[in-house]
Amino acid sequence: MFSRDTWKEIFEAIRKNKLRTFLTGFTVALGILIFVTLFGMGNGLNNTFMKFFGDDATNILRLFPSQTTIPYGGYKAKRQIEFKNEDLEDINKNFAALIDYITPRISRTVLVTYKEESDNYNTRAVAPGHQFSEKTIIMKGRYINETDLAERTKYAVIGRLIERDLFQDEDPIGKYIDVGGSAFKVVGVFQDDGGDNEERYMYIPYTTRQLLEGNNDKVDQIIVAFNQSIGYAGALQFENKLDEFMRKKKVISPDDPRGIFIQNVADDLKRNQQFAGVLQLIISGIAFAVIISGVIGISNIMLFVVKERTKEIGIRKAMGATPGRITGTIMLESIFITAIFGFVGMIVGIIILNGIQGETLEENYFITKPAINTGTAVFVTILLIVCGSIAAYVPARRAAKIKPIVALRDE
Amino acid sequence: MIEIKDLHKSYKMGSNSLHVLKGINFTCEDGELVAIMGSSGSGKSTLLNILGMLDGADSGEYILDGVPIKDLNETKAAQYRNKFLGFVFQSFNLINYKNALENVALPLYYQRVGRKERQEKALNYLERVGLKEWATHLPSELSGGQKQRVAIARAMAAEPKVLLADEPTGALDSKTSYEVMDLIQKINDEGNTILVVTHEEDIAHMCKRIVHLRDGVIVEDKKIEQVRAESYVQ
Repeated sequence: MFSRDTWKEIFEAIRKNKLRTFLTGFTVALGILIFVTLFGMGNGLNNTFMKFFGDDATNILRLFPSQTTIPYGGYKAKRQIEFKNEDLEDINKNFAALIDYITPRISRTVLVTYKEESDNYNTRAVAPGHQFSEKTIIMKGRYINETDLAERTKYAVIGRLIERDLFQDEDPIGKYIDVGGSAFKVVGVFQDDGGDNEERYMYIPYTTRQLLEGNNDKVDQIIVAFNQSIGYAGALQFENKLDEFMRKKKVISPDDPRGIFIQNVADDLKRNQQFAGVLQLIISGIAFAVIISGVIGISNIMLFVVKERTKEIGIRKAMGATPGRITGTIMLESIFITAIFGFVGMIVGIIILNGIQGETLEENYFITKPAINTGTAVFVTILLIVCGSIAAYVPARRAAKIKPIVALRDE
Repeated sequence: MIEIKDLHKSYKMGSNSLHVLKGINFTCEDGELVAIMGSSGSGKSTLLNILGMLDGADSGEYILDGVPIKDLNETKAAQYRNKFLGFVFQSFNLINYKNALENVALPLYYQRVGRKERQEKALNYLERVGLKEWATHLPSELSGGQKQRVAIARAMAAEPKVLLADEPTGALDSKTSYEVMDLIQKINDEGNTILVVTHEEDIAHMCKRIVHLRDGVIVEDKKIEQVRAESYVQ
């Protein structure tokens, strides 16, 4: 079946029937091409999605204070709960083994000015651990450190886009900026994968913020990073214990839906991953539909090809070709064409995916690094070849079985 | 060489059945050149198709070169056709994308003859039909007579026991027809058994024996004085 003669016969049929070969090959190549690009785009969409939601650390619990709704422990309802510096210390003391780091966050929007340039920016007063919870990347200088906290320094770490807005080409390190009426020295510039908004923040020591606001010890929000080794179940347990501890400390009813709220990033992450999973499922569904329509396309072409060759098959049978040899030759021919064009389609698809990568696609269509795993591409190509062969087998077998006299009469 | 006893064949035409061959008895010796004549619908082509195993009979016996031909599946029939029979058709039936040489070599390919030997043999047979120079031409570049000569070369290439020709001159003018008949006579002179289906008197008289069919039975079977086609050529 795989003799040189058989192949010569096949190549001759291919070479001398260029239109037929092209039509079959084109269908296959197009099917694979669409699949590869579509699937790659889907992956790109998924990448963007993961980037949006995956820029923060995942071992984070955020504690937010709010008004109580249930009278409890001698207090009336509608009492505003406030966090204080001592809360940070107490949490740290009680859960030392479970905690990686802990940081407060006090957010204020203030007018920032440097020379002629000024704008409103969101300042976040934090502790050094905040750098890890936001995965902040330092480009120049340094982040807030423990000394800054102790000495209540007026130092600021500014986002890459603030640097661009205010300093243009100037080096901002060591320069003084006016932050809501106080002069702050810029000690660092950062970037963040979370997008433009994240790069228009400014970080200052939280103790400095408290000093500026009348030397208080209030904290807006507490961010606790737990030890990652405790796992997802451990995190949930820790969240419950922390909730219990804080409610006791702040005298809030255990049944109060408000008063204190803990956001677990691990929960968010799980939800996001589910959403991404659904996205992937939809893309896979579409890709599958493309493959199905590709197979139907090949079947149609094959049906046409075999129909067109009925008379030739009749002649060959009169010359002594057995049905097996006829089916075999047609099958080999179709597998050969499908394989060659299938891989051409696959490679063109991958080249297109590589070619369209870039900023425009990322910013306008939310597609980051569109790509398809080579294994998937090869698997689908082989799948299409196999389906194409099955699609070719049915009409080929039928044609090989009809009486030569009927085939010869076919015009 | 060929022995047929009480051969019947009918075709289903909707609810009616058309009885085409109504008990044919016929024998043919080695080296004969037989013309099967009859008007259209007399069953002559059906008979030839059954002899050529292109179609099956309903009942009756058929022995070809001592081998009983019955209950053939397609694979077996194909092997017998390849071994025993050569075909020449009215409409030539050459494969249009193969050149003359490749067409002639086709039955040899199915006999699994090696490529080199195939080419040699095919070229040899093309030379015998006087078309050696046309070996690389496609059928579309050949005249009707040339196409039929290629078809004869192809039928002969497999060195069959019997050559079956279904209206070999049906699509040709009389001059070309005689050229083709001349070729067939010469092949017969070499000892090959040939059956020719025709409805033309002059073509039939170039054979050695005429079998007349009418309404599915043989009405006449006579040996005749052969008219040589040579005298009409040139």
